[in-house]
Amino acid sequence: MSAVERRVWLAAGLALLCVVLHMAVGLRGNLAFVLELRALKLLALVQVAVAVAVATVLLQTVTGNRILTPSIMGLDALYLLGQTAMVFLLGGLGFAGIDPRLKFLAALLAMVGIAAAVFLPILRRHLSLYRMLLTGALLGILFRSLTSLLARLIDPNDFAVLQGASYANFSAVRGDLLVVGCVLTAAGTVTAWRLRHALDVVALGPAAATALGIDWSRQITAILALVAMLVAVSTALVGPVVFLGLVVVALAERLTGTQRHAVLLPTAALIAVAVLVGGQTLLQHGLGGAGALGVVVEFVGGLLFLFLLATERRR
Amino acid sequence: MIEIEGVGLSHHGTTILHDVALTLPKGELIALIGPNGAGKSSLLSLVARLQPLQRGRIAVDGLPVDRTPGRDLARVLTVMRQDTGFAGRLSVRELVGFGRFPHGRGRLTDGDRALIDEALALFDLTALADRDLMTLSGGQRQRAFVAMAFCQGTDYLLLDEPLNNLDMMYARQMMRLLREMVEQRGRTVVIVLHDINYAAAYADRIVALKDGRIVAHGSPDDILTVDLLERLYGYRMQVHRIDGQLLVRHHD
Ligand SMILES: Nc1ncnc2c1ncn2[C@@H]1O[C@H](COP(=O)(O)OP(=O)(O)OP(=O)(O)O)[C@@H](O)[C@H]1O
Ligand SMILES: [Mg+2]
Repeated sequence: MSAVERRVWLAAGLALLCVVLHMAVGLRGNLAFVLELRALKLLALVQVAVAVAVATVLLQTVTGNRILTPSIMGLDALYLLGQTAMVFLLGGLGFAGIDPRLKFLAALLAMVGIAAAVFLPILRRHLSLYRMLLTGALLGILFRSLTSLLARLIDPNDFAVLQGASYANFSAVRGDLLVVGCVLTAAGTVTAWRLRHALDVVALGPAAATALGIDWSRQITAILALVAMLVAVSTALVGPVVFLGLVVVALAERLTGTQRHAVLLPTAALIAVAVLVGGQTLLQHGLGGAGALGVVVEFVGGLLFLFLLATERRR
Repeated sequence: MIEIEGVGLSHHGTTILHDVALTLPKGELIALIGPNGAGKSSLLSLVARLQPLQRGRIAVDGLPVDRTPGRDLARVLTVMRQDTGFAGRLSVRELVGFGRFPHGRGRLTDGDRALIDEALALFDLTALADRDLMTLSGGQRQRAFVAMAFCQGTDYLLLDEPLNNLDMMYARQMMRLLREMVEQRGRTVVIVLHDINYAAAYADRIVALKDGRIVAHGSPDDILTVDLLERLYGYRMQVHRIDGQLLVRHHD
């Protein structure tokens, strides 16, 4: 037990180190102003990291599949479609002129709404989880094809605006939206934490979990609602983040050697914080490309995940 | 007591169970036998509320299984399915410990830990306690799942082919443990068996199922006859009695 605990503390130390570096490296000019700016960005990074890590753990537990990401539910594809539709209808300038609060709220409601509209009826009819995920995946494909259709019709100048929206962007998050995001993410994370023992049992699959007294369809509905909420919040705040969750959960599992949620949830979240905050710090001060974090995380994350998959087989 | 009344089940227009009625007393070891596809697993999964009840009524200790909260039922009844199919990263001790989930919602007391140790010892798993479930052999994993069911401490255990993958020594040990649970702890065990000689040796009662219907129900002496076995399995076997013990020679 203490060996596992040490690993969790190791992840915590790593995350803390990244946070300290992010706040302290290369401080110059008006200290109060710079620190406030950095703290805001830190809050955005931490919040997205935790939301993505927790959502991925939950989805993988419910499906019993360690290589799924919440993007199988098609929510990020819906987000991109929404952004593209707005640029298409309003033009690049019009899009840039919309109140960010409105954009955030609309994106959040659209994602939660579609998740409820598509997944709840399927759950209520006791159809299989896989049918539901397949529906999500098909919707994702539909949204993506609509997005690329619209993108073709968009003025090339406006297209550049759109490309910025396709990857997560942590630089331009507003304080008031951040507060809303933090509250929702914290609520979701606390709920997941309180469910940690039930989640261990859910991971055994529907039959064994039912035998142990889990009300399967109710529990699954609650967990998927949590996933949808966490994904919607983080996507509405910064944009889609796909591979980060896969990588941090795989790393957390590799590091601690257990799938118990009391360990996996915090470790995955801490590693996600370390990756995002550390990555941002490195890009900003080492490589001078602060805006590119979203792209880099997806690229490196994808590669790292492939590597983890390839080495898993040999054990 | 397990009361099953007028239970029917169909999937995609095929009827799997036809109007099954059955009353099983408390404190017995009951073997469910019958050919592949007879409906044994389906009947067990209905009793254990693993699939919704379509027609009829099932009650365990007076609790209707389709209306009792899952949590309450999990302190009375547990089930082990034919294909446990779990391959996640979990130690044997953790798995067995999940048996205590219905009682403490995941928080283990000292009493729980003593029970887990007892289950590990009974099923000869102490040496494997800290091994990953994925790294075990099929039979070892099977024993770990039965140990979890035992650890749950319910009065009723439904076990779907728990002897799968077990060698003769462990199959015998498993049956003796179940027998002991029935005799000394007053538990009720319903077990699906394919080797009818185990049913002959250890069961108080045998229920024979074929094509979704109960063909016969009674003591091993009543059920294990040449004619009835032929009706069930479609060929004539030799039924012997050696030292007072029924023995069915079902291979040529
Ligand atoms: N979900 C399902 N949909 C359609 N048919 C099913 C379903 N589940 C079971 N069946 C069918 O119902 C019949 C009974 O199946 P069941 O698994 O209960 O048999 P069994 O007696 O346990 O057999 P075995 O000895 O092979 O385990 C079989 O013909 C099977 O094909
Ligand atoms: Mg079966």
